[in-house]
Amino acid sequence: MASNIRYPYKGQGDQGFDVFAGAHAPDALVGLYRAMLRIRLIEEEIERRYHQDQMKTPIHLVIGQEAAAVGCCSALRLSDLVYSSHRTHGAYLAKGGDLKMMLSEMHCRINGCVGSRGGSMHLIDKAVGMAGTSAIVGGVVPIAVGAALAIQMKREDRVVVVFIGDATTEEGVMAESLNFSALKKVPIVFFCENNFYSVQSPLATRQPARDIRAWAESHRMPALSVDGVNVLAVRDTVSKAVAHARAGRGPTFIEVPVYRFRAHGGAGDDSKTGYRDVAERAAWEAVDPLLLFRQFLARTAQLTDASVMHMEAEIASEIAGAFEHALASPNPTEADLYRHVYAD
Amino acid sequence: MPWDEGLVNSLVYDKPDPSEGRVVSYVQAVNEALALALDSDPEVFVLGQGVDDPTAMFGTTKGLQSKFGSHRVFDTPLSEEAMMGVSAGAAMNGMRPVYMHNRPDFVLLAFNQLVTHAAKFHFMDNGQTTVPMVVWAAIGRGWGSGAQHSQAIHGMLLGVPGLKIVMPSTPYDAKGLLLSAILDNNPVCLFEHRWLMKKDGVVPEGFYRVPIGKGIYRRRGGDVTIVGASHAIELGMQAATQLAGEGIEADVIDLRTVKPIDEQIVLESLHNTGRLVVVDTAWMKGGLCAEIGCLAAEKGFPDLKAPVVRIGLPDVPAPAGFTLEQFYYPDAARIASAVRGLVRS
Ligand SMILES: Cc1ncc(C[n+]2csc(CCOP(=O)(O)OP(=O)(O)O)c2C)c(N)n1
Repeated sequence: MASNIRYPYKGQGDQGFDVFAGAHAPDALVGLYRAMLRIRLIEEEIERRYHQDQMKTPIHLVIGQEAAAVGCCSALRLSDLVYSSHRTHGAYLAKGGDLKMMLSEMHCRINGCVGSRGGSMHLIDKAVGMAGTSAIVGGVVPIAVGAALAIQMKREDRVVVVFIGDATTEEGVMAESLNFSALKKVPIVFFCENNFYSVQSPLATRQPARDIRAWAESHRMPALSVDGVNVLAVRDTVSKAVAHARAGRGPTFIEVPVYRFRAHGGAGDDSKTGYRDVAERAAWEAVDPLLLFRQFLARTAQLTDASVMHMEAEIASEIAGAFEHALASPNPTEADLYRHVYAD
Repeated sequence: MPWDEGLVNSLVYDKPDPSEGRVVSYVQAVNEALALALDSDPEVFVLGQGVDDPTAMFGTTKGLQSKFGSHRVFDTPLSEEAMMGVSAGAAMNGMRPVYMHNRPDFVLLAFNQLVTHAAKFHFMDNGQTTVPMVVWAAIGRGWGSGAQHSQAIHGMLLGVPGLKIVMPSTPYDAKGLLLSAILDNNPVCLFEHRWLMKKDGVVPEGFYRVPIGKGIYRRRGGDVTIVGASHAIELGMQAATQLAGEGIEADVIDLRTVKPIDEQIVLESLHNTGRLVVVDTAWMKGGLCAEIGCLAAEKGFPDLKAPVVRIGLPDVPAPAGFTLEQFYYPDAARIASAVRGLVRS
């Protein structure tokens, strides 16, 4: 079976939490678990309802990648900025983006976070620093660098994080952006979720056996790799990168191996089509970031089944309310189409 | 002096009348606009390949770095796409970048950022963000650089919602339009023409703006409307002067802005003349010529006494060789002969 696993998990499983846990109050640890659980449950509900065709928007679910988004954004301040590729849900929610506005957007309603002009690939909520996204792979990267340049020029105490995937590192603009950000030492963190696939193309058909982390490092910036199923490890690594940026020492690249449990886009998994082995997904599901962290929190007596059930109920009711809100929200009118083509 | 400089220097322009005001060169007018913007607004910065080198982007950026510092006027890596994105990202976060290119051809590498990002963010995020940036580039002609160093690309951008495009034809406009572009809250492309850069003109000291989206009559006459922008106006005015000697009087309309087009001035003039010649520094097909021609057909049809004539580049890439170039680019004679044909038909 193991021979079918092209991209095995290489982390330490739930043993990986102990070194970091001491630095956090129990409440904070449970809070991180809850944040991941919330994203998982939201994604599952979106997935469950997707076939009803009420959400007429392409979706790129982050089921399996929650620890990356939550670990990363938990290391940020409200005033820090996040930019993201097409796979926005995790970053948007983890940065504090409003759920009702997200679901209204996905239902193409006028009160969506971007007024039904963006859909799921453009979840933006500037009030919480979810500052911009692009559906063009790599397109958001130089924009995030420009945001960091503006912060540097205005001497603001903020950092930028840009969420990208492994395939993004193949775009020319990515190398251009690393080069320029290192040259100018702008306050940015390149947060690269390596889920090993671009749509259905495995890493091996797209890149030689280079190490993405080492490649980034060759641009003269610190480059780190961190276990993407371990929310505490991600948080710790991003915190270091953010401190480095805040101190005016420039960019950091972080490679974060993760696994998406679903298809590239849409609902459900498509591993059965053969581009990756179901056994590979199963092996990663054994180290599901929520499962692992829950095991750790249970082992260290910080979380009980009863409290998880309570959390689930709370979140489920929030989600149900947000869907109701979205479905009851008005559609845009024709006049709305013509708004905001040009700024005054 | 390199021969291409020599060619540009050999161009003869009408001398401005000093009694009308201070006379400065086109290049100095651009330089003044940049200096004024940098001086009055800490959000403005200037970037581009070689903006701080001795050539100083044809002289337009001369002295700016020493005056305003290397954090506000700086050279860039050869990374056109990233730098366009960096400009957009900075603009989205409170800055006003002016990103300069010595050829529009290099902007083509950055179309992804210009067309698919900068022009669309304000729309895509429902107005949460504005993208106040200027993309400046100088169209070449007659420097033997051929198909890859002489392209006028504004036609390709006319169909991009969210962009504005300005094309000055005089030193006065070069300064006033650049200041307007820098203060505009949208991405604005400003295309200069290399052949205008040795032109002198009356240019006020200090700050003033030329409004974006408004054309201007350079000359009034009732027989025909010649419309264009940038260097096409130079040719159009030369043709109009020749024609006046033959008793044919032309309206010459300088659009100043090619996106959004000032439709009103074109239709007003067409209403008076009934004849329309559109002149452009770029290809005739699918560009400004086509757009103005379509405007006449759609909204000025009852006024047309003759078919619209387009004078621009044929559907051929720019040749490098001097002789081939003579066949390629329009000149005043070609415009004048087209007008004669129209008026006498
Ligand atoms: C420039 C560009 N090329 C292709 C696509 C189609 N596409 C959308 S997402 C995607 C996969 C990108 O993979 P990665 O960057 O690793 O992110 P992931 O989807 O794995 O999160 C592709 C190829 C695109 N949107 N933009």
